[in-house]
Amino acid sequence: MSRTGTPVITSRFLRVWNRNFTVYRKTWKVSFLPPLLEPLLYLAAFGLGMSALVGNVSWREHSTSYVVFITPALLAVNMMYNSFFETTYGSFVRMYYQKTFDAMLATPLFLEEIITGEIIWGATKSVIASSIMLAIISLFGLIRYPEGLLLVPLSFLAGLAFASIGMYFTAVVRNIDLFNLPIFLFITPMFLFSGTFFPLDTLPDWAQALAYCLPLTHLVEINRTIGIGPFDVTALWNLLYLALFSAILFPLALIKMRKRLIK
Amino acid sequence: MEAVVQADALRKAFGAFTAVDGISFSVRRGECFGILGPNGAGKTSTIRMIYGFSPLSGGSLHVLGQDVTSRRQLRKVKYRIGVCQQDNNLDPELSILQNLEVFASYFDVPRPDATVRALELLKFIALENRRDTPIAELSGGLMRRVVLARALINEPDLLILDEPTTGLDPQSRHQIWERLEGLRARGISILLTTHYMEEASRLCDRLIIMDHGKILVEGRPQELIREHAGKDIIEVGEPGEELRSFLRERNLRFDDLGHRLLIYCDERDQLYREVSERYCRDGCTLRTATLEDVFLKLTGRELRE
Repeated sequence: MSRTGTPVITSRFLRVWNRNFTVYRKTWKVSFLPPLLEPLLYLAAFGLGMSALVGNVSWREHSTSYVVFITPALLAVNMMYNSFFETTYGSFVRMYYQKTFDAMLATPLFLEEIITGEIIWGATKSVIASSIMLAIISLFGLIRYPEGLLLVPLSFLAGLAFASIGMYFTAVVRNIDLFNLPIFLFITPMFLFSGTFFPLDTLPDWAQALAYCLPLTHLVEINRTIGIGPFDVTALWNLLYLALFSAILFPLALIKMRKRLIK
Repeated sequence: MEAVVQADALRKAFGAFTAVDGISFSVRRGECFGILGPNGAGKTSTIRMIYGFSPLSGGSLHVLGQDVTSRRQLRKVKYRIGVCQQDNNLDPELSILQNLEVFASYFDVPRPDATVRALELLKFIALENRRDTPIAELSGGLMRRVVLARALINEPDLLILDEPTTGLDPQSRHQIWERLEGLRARGISILLTTHYMEEASRLCDRLIIMDHGKILVEGRPQELIREHAGKDIIEVGEPGEELRSFLRERNLRFDDLGHRLLIYCDERDQLYREVSERYCRDGCTLRTATLEDVFLKLTGRELRE
């Protein structure tokens, strides 16, 4: 991979994770609110406002209320946003403006450990955000338990997938404004068309096929399987998709970052 | 004596551009070694290879006896060096103390030890009363002192400083110099780049002057001055033609800058009296030659970058 040999990622990446966690604890009062309030706003708008228009929706041949239908999807969106935005804007600021990675590179840390620490931190942000949200929506009885507890470990895997692709974009964009491009072309379409706000089978076949290429579609389906039920074997395929997505994007992000930073 | 840095035919190229063009030098244990040069001379590229930031394009490089092209040996090196980069890349959200503690964790320093060391270093940079101040509230000079303290958190054998005082006011600069002299007295090896000649003369035992990726000269500051600029310099403003022909007749070394003449001399008083009485229309001064004279003589006076 480089003249200095193949990268070996040691547990030192946890130091990088811990650095970000230290900063997070310092600013938690500010960073706590968006993941808490934003999904609640969506829930209020779509759940209260829209459900009067929509009535009940069919999910796996069962009729469910619209609020119950969109709650797992909003959780999925929350997982995506919190990990993706951490490794795009968050990591970019640390890399480009604060030169944090440069400082770390002058310590025993190697670049692959720094980037791994950042991606794992991004996944952690997804866990933190979805745990907060889960706690709140559980008060309204919108998620079934004990199955709902599986959403916590799942939010880590989901976070890993979206943090990895976020880091990939961070490695390739020239400046911070260019993040608008992946947000406009990738994140927003997923937010709207991943079966989040309406069942996918209302879409034409080609659009459904397209939706199944996107990671959020799979995450939404797993979340619904867990949060509403019943269990279906497709959830395992959804899970496999997310695992594969991470397994490909994670090393790709490391390679691109090395290309960008090691000169 | 074992060298702390041993570079042989060291090369760094970025595409078609060669930033470091086959340089060889060594830094001895316990000395302060300077790398001088105008912007773009290859100073930063050189030390980035030394602390493992950039891979080599050619040649060999040993730091603290380890070959930095081996990842395993480079990791050992990274544990034992302290690096003060050009940017004040501290964690702005964290306090001064937290910055040092977090950095210590990268070197596997256990937390209680890290706090003890951090507090000692805060005393060393005279900021012990501001341990809880967030970095964002510090001036540039204070940030630089924190960056210096941070580079010492692992008690390094070799301290690497990339333009440690660039952009600082004179007070802050002298503060940093005093700290560095203190460290040198403790026997820590220091490698620094700078384009302040006063800094280099004051701190460096030995230095190299680089330009266009190559080493122009190497030596002790005083020796370099004596060799390349002589003992004294007479500066003459608005020199007349008579002075120029006088100097040529006497075969004296001088630099003609148009509105100003620099005459390099070793027999100061007699020549100065002669020049000032006969040829000085617009004032002339006699001064000791400095490293800056050497630097400008060797690297030229035209602007860079």
